[in-house]
Amino acid sequence: MDEKQILNGINLQVKAGEVHAIMGPNGSGKSTLASVLSGREEYEVTEGEVLFQGKDLLALSPEERAREGIFMAFQYPVEIPGVSTINFMKTALNQIREARGQQALDAVSFLQLMKEKMKLVEIDQSLLSRSLNEGFSGGEKKRNEIFQMAMLEPRLALLDETDSGLDIDALRIVAEGVNKLRSKNNAVVVVTHYQRLLEYIVPDVVHVLYKGRIVKSGPKELALELEAKGYDWIKSEATPA
Amino acid sequence: MAAAAMTNDLAPALAALQRAAGQDAPRADALRKLVDVGLPGAKSEEYKFTPVWRSLLRSGFEVSKLGESNGATQVAVPVINQLDAHTLVFVNGKFDAVKSNWSCPADEAVLQPLASAPTAIKSQLKDPFALLNAVLWTDGLMLHVPAGSQVSKPILVLHLHDASAGQVSAHTRLVVKVDAHASVELMERSVSTGTNSVFQTLTEEIDVGEQGTFSYVKIQNDPGRVVQVNNTHIRQAEASRVDTFTLTLSGELVRNNLTIAINGEKCESHFHGLYLLDGNTLADNHTVVDHLQPHSFSNEMYKGVMDGQSRGVFNGKIFVRPDAQKTNAFQSNRNILLSDTATVNTKPQLEIWADDVKCSHGCTSGQLDEEAMFYLQSRGIAKATAQAMLLYAFAAETFQTVHNEAVRTFIDQLVAQRLHKDF
Repeated sequence: MDEKQILNGINLQVKAGEVHAIMGPNGSGKSTLASVLSGREEYEVTEGEVLFQGKDLLALSPEERAREGIFMAFQYPVEIPGVSTINFMKTALNQIREARGQQALDAVSFLQLMKEKMKLVEIDQSLLSRSLNEGFSGGEKKRNEIFQMAMLEPRLALLDETDSGLDIDALRIVAEGVNKLRSKNNAVVVVTHYQRLLEYIVPDVVHVLYKGRIVKSGPKELALELEAKGYDWIKSEATPA
Repeated sequence: MAAAAMTNDLAPALAALQRAAGQDAPRADALRKLVDVGLPGAKSEEYKFTPVWRSLLRSGFEVSKLGESNGATQVAVPVINQLDAHTLVFVNGKFDAVKSNWSCPADEAVLQPLASAPTAIKSQLKDPFALLNAVLWTDGLMLHVPAGSQVSKPILVLHLHDASAGQVSAHTRLVVKVDAHASVELMERSVSTGTNSVFQTLTEEIDVGEQGTFSYVKIQNDPGRVVQVNNTHIRQAEASRVDTFTLTLSGELVRNNLTIAINGEKCESHFHGLYLLDGNTLADNHTVVDHLQPHSFSNEMYKGVMDGQSRGVFNGKIFVRPDAQKTNAFQSNRNILLSDTATVNTKPQLEIWADDVKCSHGCTSGQLDEEAMFYLQSRGIAKATAQAMLLYAFAAETFQTVHNEAVRTFIDQLVAQRLHKDF
């Protein structure tokens, strides 16, 4: 196994009700950060801690993190033949509810909830009856991610390059879905290479990740500056002379 | 050299085989051939992963008493929920008319004891266990579905064994003739009780006439210490359709030799199989699909999930003969290994002599898709549930086409139980 250090010290605090954008050039560690937070096993955290509502997140399995309220919208959602989105969501939602001491939803209530959330991302029920993401277009996959987010109502949503592979209409639908889900009780971390998505999902804070470190943080205008000037000035700023 | 070694293996059983053959010419002839080819050893191409005889000996079976069963026959007839079927019951290799439930009108189908039927099994006298069956067979049936008959209820063949008082040696035969434009659904299952070993061989010959349809479901979930070898030979005439599904869940060793000769144009054939193994079970599916005539379609899909120290074996031969132009023949075999100690050996073999054909084959073996596991878990689904979801989806594709709803539901329940489906 190749071992490589990717993140070199991240200091990030996200409060309820906030939207944070994490930007940075390719290979800066953006997706790794999202993966580490959602509990992907290939990554080992060698130092530091991640606290989520006071709990040690790194000690939890991916499913436990989801039950605590973490959701990652995947950059490349997996196709799973033979498992319909509906069945999958019903299982997920009810296991989360059970873990929280809530009663499982019966079929009728589940369907009702599903129909409500479907409208949010303009996704068709026929798509959700099909095998999970199998043969879906790029836009359909990303809309399905946001549909799942709507169903599970996370406290922290990590959007990993959700704009990649989307045309402008799909991007708008996905972003509007996310915006409708925003509240003072939840937070969103948007990981993106381009500023484009941030025109729709307006961040409170923009962080620039470079060589596994947050090298700059600023208001939403920082994203515009990066769009106009590229990442080179950040790189030279971050590299000590 | 090798032949001599094989004969030595057979030697302890020889007296029993001679007793079984007696003065009956076809049995004696089969015995001569068996002695000639011998039992397959470790170097046998067809049985190199599947040591039937060794497995039999290891299970405590006394081969000197081959062909004899203990006298106990206390077996209950198992029921498949909601299934309305004609039931044919064999107990320790003997047809049991009392336990059977045959009320089929004669214009739908006719049943005869095989001994009195004019047709004997002629095919497949190459396989050593088909030969052994030809020497030892204890009972058999012939089912005739006359031209144009649509048998309204499925026919369930049950092989019941009582191994509570000693070993069981059950060797049966089944001949099915489906005439032109006729249609029948057959199911087969074996259930053993008791802790002694059971040696079962079954030889079947099935002819499907012009535009006939034949569907066959085999459910192999016998809880007993069973070593079984099944030889099933299906011949298809023009524009006929055959669907088979073989489910293997348990047994010490299960070997299925399934041969389909597509000897007519415009035939359609679907051969599906699923083996979900654990413990020390060995399941071996050897299939031969032989396209002899043009314009036919065959599709074969076998899947396996191996856990514990189980072993899966798949060998799929497809022949496309020189006359069989415009053949479409597809085969796939996919395997998932759940433990480090489980194994699978898979081998596709295509021999194509015609030049205008479409054929494909593929075999895979690997672990569960980690990315898919992570995706499901990241949505709050427990690891065990996620694994069951993926395995169930993988497995279910093989039996969605089983036509009879009660049987499909029964299969679904067996599979769900084996895969710990809790969603």
